[in-house]
Amino acid sequence: MRGIDLEVWPGQCFGLLGPNGAGKTTTIKLILGQSPLTGGRLNVFGQSMPKAARQVRSRIGVVPQTDNLDPDFTVAENLQVYASYFGITLQQITGRMDYLLEFGALADRAGTKIDALSGGMKRRLTIARALVNEPELIVLDEPTTGLDPQVRHLIWARLRDLKQTGKTLLLTSHYMEEAERLCDELVIIDEGQILTQGSPRTLIETHVEPEVLELHGEPNKARKIFDGIPDCRIESVGDTLYCYANDVKSLTHRLENHPELSFLHRPATLEDVFLKITGRDLRE
Amino acid sequence: MNNPPDLALPRFRLSAISVWHRNVLVWRKMLGPSLLIHFGEPFLYLVGLGYGLGLFIGEMAGLPYLTFLASGIVASSAMNTATFEGMYSVYTRMVPQKTYDSMLATPIDVDDIVAGEMIWCATKSTINATAILAVATLLGAVEHWTAIVAIPLAFLIGLCFAGPAILMVSISTGYEFFSYYFTLVITPMFMLCGVFYPTRALPEILQYIVQILPLTHAVQLVRPLIVGEVPTDVLLHISVLLLYALVSYYFAVVLVRKRLIV
Repeated sequence: MRGIDLEVWPGQCFGLLGPNGAGKTTTIKLILGQSPLTGGRLNVFGQSMPKAARQVRSRIGVVPQTDNLDPDFTVAENLQVYASYFGITLQQITGRMDYLLEFGALADRAGTKIDALSGGMKRRLTIARALVNEPELIVLDEPTTGLDPQVRHLIWARLRDLKQTGKTLLLTSHYMEEAERLCDELVIIDEGQILTQGSPRTLIETHVEPEVLELHGEPNKARKIFDGIPDCRIESVGDTLYCYANDVKSLTHRLENHPELSFLHRPATLEDVFLKITGRDLRE
Repeated sequence: MNNPPDLALPRFRLSAISVWHRNVLVWRKMLGPSLLIHFGEPFLYLVGLGYGLGLFIGEMAGLPYLTFLASGIVASSAMNTATFEGMYSVYTRMVPQKTYDSMLATPIDVDDIVAGEMIWCATKSTINATAILAVATLLGAVEHWTAIVAIPLAFLIGLCFAGPAILMVSISTGYEFFSYYFTLVITPMFMLCGVFYPTRALPEILQYIVQILPLTHAVQLVRPLIVGEVPTDVLLHISVLLLYALVSYYFAVVLVRKRLIV
């Protein structure tokens, strides 16, 4: 990490976006004291890290990128055992068990072994598990990666519920749609540095033109059609041309005469901002 | 990234008990097969070697061979049990299962994980020693009630071997790595440290070498207790076992930190 300065306010959903290897997970690990701080300063809840790691972690719920549920236990036992790591007694957690299972939509799965759960169920359980210590801040590292749309939408709804109850969310993702829907404020980072910061809406307004026209087909032909359109910023990837402009109506009119070219006219999204800022190069 | 190791002295906290308790809960689920192994293995050793070899040997160092062997097996099984648990199970929880990663998102620290696992390994050693003593008593190999003192001793022996096992896990790349440790460290101790015959039967140079190995001291503590005698040099033997336990705990914590806090 090279000089990241983050301020997250209570009750906010804060997004940490960046391509693979940008430093998202490292940032989270530093916040949790799971990575050595080799330089600089880090305060979490106003306490100096990594010295206060144990106190800080007792106030945070963590949803890690890869599931690490305990395969030796059932769903309910996972919640009980994880609670015991916080010093929460069996009696205390039993009182909240129904709520936690309900939250994860796992009420009928309390006695199921982890191996028998689907990917979506595991993720929901991991999120429910992050709530056992009634945390003030919930850290989610790519919470919906690899899930089907049904589960993803359920999880988004649950995360919005959490925000409603005043919990603070810190979310990493490389699904821009997810960040756009959930985050009040976000930063885009790459190579350990913050590239930009703002709400999804302001980032779109400041960094890209409001309308996009994607044109698929023969690039040479397509390029000719784009010629002479005022204020059209063109990007090309493979056989697709993107035109970013304030108004692409004149373009769509022209395209009506070219039925052989398929096109998509859409509003600009956070993904356009992300690609513009971090570039279209592959990250591996 | 190659960061300098975190050499801070570990602190013992109650959180270690949560780690231990997690393992107790898992163990309870597999109580049947687990107990079968605890009882079955020493039974085989005592019947197979104790009776079989004993028939030809008769007495060893003034003791019936079955008694001699049983006292050695109590100590060496405590070693084996703690080493097995400290290697295979700890590695499974550290790497494929990521159990420690999940713990490190809670107030539990590496110090607590290593301490909890060592206490768990020692607990299993204790359960194992109890099983062996029960079998040995049934076979008539235990001559005095003082043998019961070997049970808490097995806990100490377990600690003393759990630390080095976890230390090895922290630098190992996979399960196949453990067979080196067994072949190069555990098996030689099993063979040389007085389990099957007194160490004074060894060539002189080896007699000196086995004095620095913890199993020698473990055997010398346990054997007299089985026949109702007070061991000699109790303080020395206990100090050696404690030293191994504490030093290996420290280095295991430092190396597990290096492995998990990246």
